[in-house]
Amino acid sequence: MRRFLEGPYAGVLALAILVAVLPLALPSLFYLRIAALIGIFALVVVGLNLLIGYAGQVSLGHAGFFGVGAYAVAIGPTYLGLPAWLALIAGAAIAGLIAFLVGRPILRLRGHYLAVATLGMGLLFAMVFANESAWTGGPDGMPVPHLDLFGFRMSGARTWYWISGVSLVIGAWVAANVIASPTGRALRAIHDSETAAQVLGIDVARYKLIAFVLSAVYAAVAGAYLAMFDGLVTPETAGFLRSIEFVTMAVLGGLGSTFGGIVGAALLVLLPQVLTVFQDYEHIALGLIMIVVMIFLPAGIVPSLAGLLRWRRS
Amino acid sequence: MKRHLRMTLPSMLAAAAFLTAASTAYADIKIGSILAVTGPASFLGDPEKKTLEMYVDQINAAGGVNGQKIKLTVYDSGGNPNKAKTFATRLIEQDQVDAVIGDSTTGATLAIMPVFEDAGVPLISLAGAIQVIQPVRKWVFKTPHTDTMACEKIFEDLKKHNQTKIALISGTGGFGKSMSAECHKVAGQYGIQIVHEESYGPNDNDMTPQLTNIKNAAGVQAVVNPGFGQGPAIVTRNYRQLGIKVPLYESHGVASKQYIKLAGDAANGVRLPAAALLVADKLPASDPQKKVVEGYKTTYEKKTGQEVSTFGGHAYDALMILVDAMKRAGSADKAKVRDEIEKTKGFVGTGGVVNMSAKDHLGLDLTAFRMLEIKNGDWTLAN
Repeated sequence: MRRFLEGPYAGVLALAILVAVLPLALPSLFYLRIAALIGIFALVVVGLNLLIGYAGQVSLGHAGFFGVGAYAVAIGPTYLGLPAWLALIAGAAIAGLIAFLVGRPILRLRGHYLAVATLGMGLLFAMVFANESAWTGGPDGMPVPHLDLFGFRMSGARTWYWISGVSLVIGAWVAANVIASPTGRALRAIHDSETAAQVLGIDVARYKLIAFVLSAVYAAVAGAYLAMFDGLVTPETAGFLRSIEFVTMAVLGGLGSTFGGIVGAALLVLLPQVLTVFQDYEHIALGLIMIVVMIFLPAGIVPSLAGLLRWRRS
Repeated sequence: MKRHLRMTLPSMLAAAAFLTAASTAYADIKIGSILAVTGPASFLGDPEKKTLEMYVDQINAAGGVNGQKIKLTVYDSGGNPNKAKTFATRLIEQDQVDAVIGDSTTGATLAIMPVFEDAGVPLISLAGAIQVIQPVRKWVFKTPHTDTMACEKIFEDLKKHNQTKIALISGTGGFGKSMSAECHKVAGQYGIQIVHEESYGPNDNDMTPQLTNIKNAAGVQAVVNPGFGQGPAIVTRNYRQLGIKVPLYESHGVASKQYIKLAGDAANGVRLPAAALLVADKLPASDPQKKVVEGYKTTYEKKTGQEVSTFGGHAYDALMILVDAMKRAGSADKAKVRDEIEKTKGFVGTGGVVNMSAKDHLGLDLTAFRMLEIKNGDWTLAN
């Protein structure tokens, strides 16, 4: 029992329970929409955490993959006659493939160079979405058809809460599996020291690429969800600010902690809603909260608080 | 891992409780608004927000509508469709508004329209593009002129001057692209031929190469520049530097003093379609819009200390159309108000005279646009 509690799967179980119970505490569709959005963004961050938190490789371009997923479910059904679910899978596969092809050369870079390269990649995606207006509708975006599964129409906040919630649990479970596997150990070794990892016989390039591709697929699936949930996709979906938002979520919640990513996503989705009471000072308040968190909880919310609790107990 | 759960659940519940507490303020008539107050489209949302707040205060001070006070809730979408949609859900579920004005941008409006269609709440959009009202949706209206109308107004003027062969130089941003497409659509109706076409990116700072191509193109009798922001100002400067002699037409997208400042002397002689608001003081006394636009201009400039823009004017029109409809309906009942908005006839706003119908949820015709010519760094009515 104790071993289970300390293992990676206890967190996933707790998350599953939370997802199952949460709707009972949410009074209206508005809260369900917020919860669904948290689930969607958390899914990206859980994937991104594998790359940033475990493999230690930063990416400022993940909104690009997010956009690939989003535009896949828009373009697939509209122009190619694909059913939405197939377009979603195709989008995730394309994002994974792009990540594989781009990742090989890009992941040779380190630190700032890698950050700049991924940034450029993300900007390229956004430019393509904004300029190929024959396919993407240009800067005003294009509508996204509904997802029909087993004869049911997937629309509305309640349905999407369950879709995003269940996906998040599955996503967290896959991430927990990866982390607990030899791949996870290799990733952490690369995070600590690439040279040391190499000396130990770890194929550094290969493991970095695995994390990159995995995180791209997570982002693409989440992007497809968001597009279908909103019923519209615009180039902002894949914009530079989105990429920054993802990294902020991961860092704020706590790198190297799947739960941290979820808390970070929840915080950045919730705060703008809560802070509307400050009216014109909304953005100042948001910035202030982030600064305070990073000063007092430098490792991110979840790891810092967990460390604090452990320290108190002992 | 157990501790993680202990921390997440209460924090989420606390946030949820906070959200509920924040939205229970009581008021009689609730008007919601989602605007791009910050972000790249803030030049739209900022004057819109100020206008709405200013006039809601004024209406309340004068006793409100049907004896009820208006409670205005403004949310800042930053022009982001996803955020706008979340706020749209919030306005309906939490704030339970009677009607909504917004969003400022086309993308965000397209995202929120289905929410109001489903909920049966009237929405008056402040977005430019024609897709908002075409096809007509039961609950969605808008006040700004469409880019199709801008093309038509320019073509009308060109035809008057017997200039039928034109070159287009368009911005690749949403506005320029959409307007250039609309110009292509209606050119035939006016016997206009687009003989040459160029484009420039939103961040380009020299359009000399494109304009040189136009200068060298045979038979161009006039140049039309659909675009907005700083691009058209650069086009105008380069245009004069190259000494191109044919007339230059800009769009209503440059209808702010900022454009004249940026383009300097080069702006003199440029023609553009724009709302009467820009030439409020130059309108003849007989003009039906004279009183309204002068009133709005004075009020806005006195209250904010900023120069009036047509964008704030669209928000004024939306609010007044809504308030008029509520007065005629005798209540804020959503279905009745919607019917009354649709019956708006002869409403004189800053954008023009509005005559809506079941088929037309904008209600403006070409008289809403005035053909302006810039002379000595100021707008004048062209003839």
